[in-house]
Amino acid sequence: MSSFLVIMVIIVYLAVIFYVAYWAEKNSKSNWVNNPYVYTLSLAVYCTAWTYYGSVGLAATSGLKFLTIYLGPIIIIPTWILLMRKIIRISKGNKISSLADFISLRYGNNRFLGALVTFVCVLAIVPYISLQLKAISETFNVITNHNIVSNSIINDTTFYIAILLALFAAFFGTQHTDASEKHKGIITAIALESVIKLIFFLIIGIYVTFYLFNGPTDIYVKASILPNFDIQQKIDGVEGGFNWFFLSLLSMIAIMLLPRQFQVTVVENEREKYLKKVTWLFPLYLLLFNIFVIFIAWGGNIIFQNDQVDADLFTLMLPLQNGHEFLALLVFLGGFSAAISMVVISTLALSTMLSNNLIIPYGFLGKFSKGESDENTESIKTIRRLAIFILIIVAYFFYRSFTLDRSLVSIGLISFVIIAQLAPSFFGGLFWRRGSSKGAIYGIIIGFLVTVYTLIIPFTIDSQLFSTSFINEGLFGINLLKPYELLGLQIFEPVPHAFFWSMFFNIIVYILISVNIVGNYRERNFAEMFVDNSKYASLHENAYVWKGEAYVKDIRKVLTRFLGEKRTERALNLFFMKYDIDKKTQFADARLVNFSEKLLTGSIGSASSRILISSVIKEVEISLPEVLNILDETQKAKESNKELQERDKQKDDFLDTVAHELKTPITSIRALSEILLDNDDIENETKRKFLNSIVSESERVSRLINNILDLEKLSTGKEKLELVENSIKNTIQKSVDAVRQLALNNQVYINSEGVQDIKAVYDADRIQQVIINLLSNAIKFSNKNNGKVYIFNVISNDKLEVLVEDNGRGIEEDDLKSIFNKFYQAKNQTILKPVGSGLGLAISKQIIKSHNGKIWAENIKPQGARVTFTLPININ
Amino acid sequence: MKKILIVDDEPNIVMSLEYIFKKENFKVFIARDGAEAIEIADAKLPDIILLDIMMPNVDGYQVLKYLKSNEELNEIKVIFLSAKNKISDIELGLQLGADKYISKPFSTKKLVKEVLELLK
Repeated sequence: MSSFLVIMVIIVYLAVIFYVAYWAEKNSKSNWVNNPYVYTLSLAVYCTAWTYYGSVGLAATSGLKFLTIYLGPIIIIPTWILLMRKIIRISKGNKISSLADFISLRYGNNRFLGALVTFVCVLAIVPYISLQLKAISETFNVITNHNIVSNSIINDTTFYIAILLALFAAFFGTQHTDASEKHKGIITAIALESVIKLIFFLIIGIYVTFYLFNGPTDIYVKASILPNFDIQQKIDGVEGGFNWFFLSLLSMIAIMLLPRQFQVTVVENEREKYLKKVTWLFPLYLLLFNIFVIFIAWGGNIIFQNDQVDADLFTLMLPLQNGHEFLALLVFLGGFSAAISMVVISTLALSTMLSNNLIIPYGFLGKFSKGESDENTESIKTIRRLAIFILIIVAYFFYRSFTLDRSLVSIGLISFVIIAQLAPSFFGGLFWRRGSSKGAIYGIIIGFLVTVYTLIIPFTIDSQLFSTSFINEGLFGINLLKPYELLGLQIFEPVPHAFFWSMFFNIIVYILISVNIVGNYRERNFAEMFVDNSKYASLHENAYVWKGEAYVKDIRKVLTRFLGEKRTERALNLFFMKYDIDKKTQFADARLVNFSEKLLTGSIGSASSRILISSVIKEVEISLPEVLNILDETQKAKESNKELQERDKQKDDFLDTVAHELKTPITSIRALSEILLDNDDIENETKRKFLNSIVSESERVSRLINNILDLEKLSTGKEKLELVENSIKNTIQKSVDAVRQLALNNQVYINSEGVQDIKAVYDADRIQQVIINLLSNAIKFSNKNNGKVYIFNVISNDKLEVLVEDNGRGIEEDDLKSIFNKFYQAKNQTILKPVGSGLGLAISKQIIKSHNGKIWAENIKPQGARVTFTLPININ
Repeated sequence: MKKILIVDDEPNIVMSLEYIFKKENFKVFIARDGAEAIEIADAKLPDIILLDIMMPNVDGYQVLKYLKSNEELNEIKVIFLSAKNKISDIELGLQLGADKYISKPFSTKKLVKEVLELLK
């Protein structure tokens, strides 16, 4: 295929991607941009050119081991619904914009730690970016039939592509000064690329499996007769198992801590609930991507068994070999899109770290603290843009000057192992309060040095193809220092070996130092906020402990330098409103200090913002126990406040209903009295009727008041029950006698034949009150024409049960529980207004409760309702 | 003769209102709940309705909504008579298009005055 054609295709493709990013940035509120699918697909930036070509290469030479890179993520992702949610919440709450910021903030805004993390990330990722450039360049050469890599940069297409990518990342990555803002354009473009690369890979997979061969069985049969097939395709006993295990563990860490993954998963997360979609959709994506890997690898092994073809290029060579150039072009584009998404997101993430955690805190604070807001934001953006260009150019020259002859997979895995050095301080910081900054710093350094010794040095020596005694005999000829078999550990392959030892020393150092050296109070403050995030998140700025002297005026000045007058004013107004503080207040409190630090964190990183704010305030050291005390008290105050509010609301509702219930009879009384007062000529009969009504409405008022007082006494436990042994038959009989007149008036028949004589300990008057209430309810709601009420008792589970049934139309299912609430009937009037106060059942429930019994309602067949209450029986 | 519809589920309140407006020479209709109110309003086309809010089945708000959505009935004057007197309740009532909102307990003289004024 001609280079010209391929270059044209690349230009068209890039134009489409740029346009999509541009469109998404303009329409950043659109549903096309903000949805869980775009979010999930953007996570697939995990699948790079390495997945496209390297997986196949690895599968061709080492069988199924390539799967470990995807097994780890698939295993860990379901836990994200809790784990990643916590990380995202912390990051959003503190405006964290990178992994370095996250770790440095957790360990008390430690500037050095942030820089160290940045350093480690850059070392790990720059070669990884070169690897992507290499993949682009190699596949370009293959598809255009160039066999020699061009010697001059001017003729190297990859160079121009790298520059274009840098422009893309710089343009769309620095639209906002605040790096914790979302980059909708880039993310949408990445999501689109994830679709493209998956579809093209599936197409080539189907092509190899079903066009070049007759399905999976055919490939398997043909591949299984190749030499070495059996050895490749199995996990070798315990040793192989260990290798698999550690490689999966490694990829588990990578999917969370690779800077580009942290960027897309945490920083670019718009809504927490998107994680739900991720938990099944992303593993599915990874599975789809891996279905055909092994078949393409076997297919390549079969077809190229007698040729010298790099297994990493099987995906591309298979269609080319068979003359299907268009398919090959699709493969090239798929790999290209995988490579450029990785390059763009990685440089974006690294440039934020470089600017916010290395360049600004160490070089620009002095300048910023004097500059104007426009200059400062422009400088910040310039620093980030420069960082992006420098990263990509360094990566390009890295690829040009080191002949990276090793397979794609090895460099990728080295990168994973270096990034894994951040895992102990990251996860430790998330779950262990004692983890301290010194522990984190030394752990990372030691772990990194071990990685250098056991992996990077020997790997570099290997790749330069000159043999030394270092690898075979160890440093100074000491066997225990052999880089691939440290301390005589022989079961691992190089990568899991380096991972194991570096993690081992890293974790040990982190724990030992953290246990022995207590961090300062600031560290401990953030430790509490990170570890116990759910507890402190609701406290917002209140979770920050700070004592000292600060003036709003000074803080406002610092903020203005970065945000400008308008945004500063708006932010401060919001803050004052949130905490109900007078706008004219002069002294800043801990909340304002923390709030301002957070405001700046997105723009210049947490360490710098802390330093800047500290420079205008006078802070007083606080002891560690004091920090913990203050945190504890704030937390408790908040909790009791919430409880109080809840109780207040209940009380309000109750008073509201009481007022309504009292006003109703008083309305009648007032209206009727006024009529009597104004009309001297009123007939005697009407007068009597009105006076009677006034009396009965007055009775209603006093009944209501008595009931409320009654309920109050019972529920606060002010009333002492007179607990003596009584006969339930007696009590029931008295109650039935009390409602006999009501039953007669309503023509309802009460059947109490099923009552047995059982002795129990209870307050006879109170229980009689309950039974009368239940009976009169039953009478009111029993069948209008043929009303029947049954009352009887049984012993069940050592408890006395009293049951009252009617034959009315029953109770709505939804109401069965709520009828025991105060004023329930008055509130939900789906039935005719009862004559009572609406408190009867609530009082009955309270009485039964203070007897340690239970009361509930149910519907019975064929029709009617039943209310049952229980009383404990004293056997003796 | 002006027609008035009294809607309330409290018998004694209904009794007093009935007496007062009969004395003022109104033709008085009575409904015990919202559904009945709609039925009578449809059939008798009263000039004014005194409407309670908290009633079984169909409440006062729903009755008002029905009236306002019906071409023949939306001219009828409506006064809410309710023991609910939170500002939000009153606002909701007036928003739905009630002409007046009078809190219970009310002064009978004032009520009569308001009714007569509305019907002028």
